[in-house]
Amino acid sequence: RLPRLHKLTLKLSITCDLYYQVLNFGMIVSSALMIWKGLMVVTGSESPIVVVLSGSMEPAFHRGDLLFLTNRVEDPIRVGEIVVFRIEGREIPIVHRVLKIHEKANGDIKFLTKGDNNAVDDRGLYKQGQHWLEKKDVVGRARGSLLLTFCLFHLRFVPYIGIVTILMNDYPKFKYAVLFLLGLFVLVHRE
Amino acid sequence: MNTVLSRANSLFAFSLSVMAALTFGCFITTAFKDRRVPVRVHVSKVMLKNVDDFTGPRERSDLGFITFDLSADLQPIFDWNVKQLFLYLSAEYATKSNALNQVVLWDKIVLRGENPKLNLRDMKSKYFFFDDGNGLRANKNITLTLSWNVVPNAGILPLVVGSGQVSLPFPDMYETTKSY
Repeated sequence: RLPRLHKLTLKLSITCDLYYQVLNFGMIVSSALMIWKGLMVVTGSESPIVVVLSGSMEPAFHRGDLLFLTNRVEDPIRVGEIVVFRIEGREIPIVHRVLKIHEKANGDIKFLTKGDNNAVDDRGLYKQGQHWLEKKDVVGRARGSLLLTFCLFHLRFVPYIGIVTILMNDYPKFKYAVLFLLGLFVLVHRE
Repeated sequence: MNTVLSRANSLFAFSLSVMAALTFGCFITTAFKDRRVPVRVHVSKVMLKNVDDFTGPRERSDLGFITFDLSADLQPIFDWNVKQLFLYLSAEYATKSNALNQVVLWDKIVLRGENPKLNLRDMKSKYFFFDDGNGLRANKNITLTLSWNVVPNAGILPLVVGSGQVSLPFPDMYETTKSY
């Protein structure tokens, strides 16, 4: 009878372990989600952290660098600021610097942007006939940076890590695959 | 801890935590530093024209020309967490149609390692100084300021205004003969 009791307690401990792992995993996922949503509320931005996708702001930001955004409507738009804006009818947001502003007494503002690495201002990017951007086009302001590529340049890892982050942005399915694999790894790994 | 894979995994996790700690260290040691330095801006020549704004809205607008000198020592701003400074000279003024106007006349990128001492003479503006209308003529108060955007490896992206602004008036008459 002793061996049977031994087998039973072994089975119970394995199921307890499994439940514990699943709950643990659930806790990690929900904490991550809460932190992300919390960041969205605090910054007012739909995407508080973004990956730089183009080289138009080099040498400051390279593809693969991280930017922290806020989107407080009451923050005034002034020259020199790095704004994230969307052109009417286009989906991809652009991260460029404000070059010129004209603001009326009632707060209406029209402004012009330019990428640091571009020779000309952004009027060629705006809609046909559009010469200025307005407050409604702004989706965020770059307030902080985490230049991963700068550290990684020296380690010669840039091409590979940069490609991973950019792939995750360009192909959402890849992002889910990576997250799924990460989740699986956490579940399987006991330590 | 006795397979290559588990050892590699621990090593990777450890390196990641060390890099994260270093990055946070980079951020916290420079987060509250004062990024201001004294700046000297001097304007040697001012000229005003009135032409069609060929850079965008094709309306007849005031076009200003300013020749300036700049000197500043930016060395104190650079540290291990500063990747570059984006310097820009901006003109700020008010007109009848717009309460606030700001136009960047000139900009420069100074990377860490490059010469941080700025000593420029007789500089012409890089960008056309077009007003939104005709508000530059007889405008008594155009303020030129040199500011910079500090780009850190890890941290806040502040806009710092250099002390030593200079205010200048624009002439009452348009220049029709001389060229810039």
